[in-house]
Amino acid sequence: MKRVLILGANSAIAAAVARIYANDGAALYLIGRDTSKLAATEHDVKVRGASIVVTIAADLVDTAKHDDLIKEAATALGGLDVVLIAHGELGIQSDLQASVPKTLGIIASNFLSQVSLLTLLANYFEAQKSGSIAVITSVAGDRGRKSNYVYGAAKGGLCVFLSGLRNRLSASGVSVVDIRPGFVDTPMTASYKKGLLWAKPDQVAKVIVESIKAGRDIVYVPWFWRWIMLVIRSIPEWKFKRMNWPS
Amino acid sequence: MTRLESWGRLPRTSDSEAFSLHWQSDFLNLVRRKGTTLLPYGLGRSYGDSCLSDHGTLLLTRGLDRFISFDVENGIIRCEAGVSLAEILKLVVPKGWFLPVTPGTKFVTVGGAVANDVHGKNHHVDGTFGHAVCSLELIRSDGSRRECSRIQNHDVFYATIGGLGLTGLITWVEFKLKKIYSTKIDQEVIKFGGLSDFFALSRESEHNFDYTVSWIDCLASRENLGRGLFFRGNHAKTPTLDLQAGMNAETRTKVRVPFDLPSLAMHPLAVKAFNLAYYHKQLAKNHVSQVPYDPFFYPLDAIHDWNRIYGKRGFFQYQCVVPFTSGTDAIRDILSEISKAKLGSFLAVLKTFGDKPSLGMMSFSRPGVTLALDFANTGDEVLKLFDRLDGITTAAAGSVYIAKDARMSASSFRHYYPRWHEFAHFVDPRFSSSFWQRVTKL
Ligand SMILES: Cc1cc2nc3c(=O)[nH]c(=O)nc-3n(C[C@H](O)[C@H](O)[C@H](O)COP(=O)(O)OP(=O)(O)OC[C@H]3O[C@@H](n4cnc5c(N)ncnc54)[C@H](O)[C@@H]3O)c2cc1C
Ligand SMILES: NC(=O)c1ccc[n+]([C@@H]2O[C@H](COP(=O)([O-])OP(=O)(O)OC[C@H]3O[C@@H](n4cnc5c(N)ncnc54)[C@H](OP(=O)(O)O)[C@@H]3O)[C@@H](O)[C@H]2O)c1
Repeated sequence: MKRVLILGANSAIAAAVARIYANDGAALYLIGRDTSKLAATEHDVKVRGASIVVTIAADLVDTAKHDDLIKEAATALGGLDVVLIAHGELGIQSDLQASVPKTLGIIASNFLSQVSLLTLLANYFEAQKSGSIAVITSVAGDRGRKSNYVYGAAKGGLCVFLSGLRNRLSASGVSVVDIRPGFVDTPMTASYKKGLLWAKPDQVAKVIVESIKAGRDIVYVPWFWRWIMLVIRSIPEWKFKRMNWPS
Repeated sequence: MTRLESWGRLPRTSDSEAFSLHWQSDFLNLVRRKGTTLLPYGLGRSYGDSCLSDHGTLLLTRGLDRFISFDVENGIIRCEAGVSLAEILKLVVPKGWFLPVTPGTKFVTVGGAVANDVHGKNHHVDGTFGHAVCSLELIRSDGSRRECSRIQNHDVFYATIGGLGLTGLITWVEFKLKKIYSTKIDQEVIKFGGLSDFFALSRESEHNFDYTVSWIDCLASRENLGRGLFFRGNHAKTPTLDLQAGMNAETRTKVRVPFDLPSLAMHPLAVKAFNLAYYHKQLAKNHVSQVPYDPFFYPLDAIHDWNRIYGKRGFFQYQCVVPFTSGTDAIRDILSEISKAKLGSFLAVLKTFGDKPSLGMMSFSRPGVTLALDFANTGDEVLKLFDRLDGITTAAAGSVYIAKDARMSASSFRHYYPRWHEFAHFVDPRFSSSFWQRVTKL
């Protein structure tokens, strides 16, 4: 029986991951913000077969609570095998440009809160000498574009942080999995027109669970984003700066 | 933007907006804003325009796919309306339960099954999907939320079962499952030579078989008119020791029709050859076997996107029901019209409905015999044929299934669904569909 802690458990992608673990009878500790959504997620994974489900409502930008949250989760499940950090927020780029507090808010919900959690979790897992830490970042972190560079910068910073953490924890047998989805049809992207490149949350979730099991390092989902981002990263900056992007 | 289509890919609607619902609160946030008319869209397995909305906003319900509770002892399940029947089977079959009623595809949502009050091969025993529904929740565009059952808000309940998505958004449904001991079906396939044999076989089988359905060769004419294969079956009584393993064995390899086939594929000669081969494939008069439930209930689900074999022009299905009193004659007349017109039909299905009255005021199923056939969209020719078929159906006091319709006239509609006026009072003022606009326009 796997013991799984999920932060940002109401995220469509995270909930799809929780379902896969639930199917196998895992014990789940779900932390999310909205309590009514959390209740719906809880019922669903219970019906699907989770052996234990604990739900806790918390706003994760409140970093002062992180230490307690993690300790309580580890105690409740009698240890942790897998942690998934999934919460995040896109923001509206035009609003962010006009407001320093809003911009810093996005950095807090996509970077600072994760850094705080990861610092605590890294120490826990390093001492335990086993387990997997998976974090959902984004292809948006691979290169800054005018349409979403605040979010992108936070995700990019998170990728660098994860790379360092992976380097540190590899000696302890702890895997650090950086999940970089492309476009996924979730509430975060509800207002976007969907096309061919779009993936469904359960598709992404499957890859996440497989990657955690295999202890992969950096995973683009779906796989073709690795090649799309390779091309995008290879465009020279003098040219890139003049380019327009659809979204 | 990938355009949302119905299963028959007809009619073409101009672009409608689509909005994915992931949480019930998404709907409440949406209706607070002013905007176009709304219509829930599940898995788009309706053939015509009852799941489409010209210039309106489609509410994609597949994100509402959570289970809420499952009483394994008593077989009662409650889930959000976007959960598919395939997902329910995966959960409940290993625990010894089955869907109370299932259409010929498992790729429909629970919301869609309620909104069309769908029927299956067991209508003569269990009625329609609505009969299994204990309660459901409906949210209206004014933000109000109602739990509905036979007791609570019963008028809304009877309007929403078979309510064509027009009475509001169904958020969750609670319904009763059927107990099974095996994942297998004891099946008999019997060859029959004509319509009177079909009726005799139906009468004989209804007492001892939970499931009956017939495939008929509607291109055969004169003395062969109405010949076909009669399928009847029951869930096997000998327990499968490991239902989970049985369930896993059901996972068949799937093929997909990767692109639209040229319309030649459905050429009348090709169809005729297929029908002939299918009828003669079975040599024995009566074939008894034990088969997995999936190919028994869902023979077409093994081919994903099979609707593409009809090509870009799409296709129609005509499904009618006629009361037993006029049944034999009306069905014979309909079959001879089709045979005369030489319009290809890949699938022709004949089945008797039992006398359990449907609950919904707009439900299709009623006592009698139902016939369903597919037709390639050959334009005027086929539309004229349908008008002639409507003539026969109307004269026989029958009805045509809205879930399959893309063309019935407003006046036929009023004949087929005499309670439509009463139903109209329950339609949410912000909800509409292309179908509803078509048949209520004066
Ligand atoms: C191969 C095949 C075989 C079939 N066999 C049968 C059969 O044997 N018997 C039978 O009865 N039907 C049959 N059908 C038809 C099918 O069962 C119905 O059309 C069914 O309603 C489709 O469900 P859906 O989820 O795809 O809904 P859609 O087609 O997307 O929508 C159907 C209706 O449901 C409404 N709706 C969907 N979700 C909600 C919601 N949450 N709240 C309110 N309204 C909602 C929509 O507005 C629309 O009016 C078959 C279809 C196919 C393609
Ligand atoms: N969708 C995409 O196209 C896409 C692409 C690349 C990467 N991603 C990343 O994938 C992850 C999951 O997102 P999703 O697509 O599944 O979208 P989603 O369903 O909208 O999930 C985002 C979740 O983040 C939670 N959240 C945000 N701020 C929070 C906070 N301060 N405290 C607690 N929870 C908070 C929200 O919680 P509540 O609901 O409880 O408020 C919400 O459930 C995110 O990190 C996102 O950046 C998504």
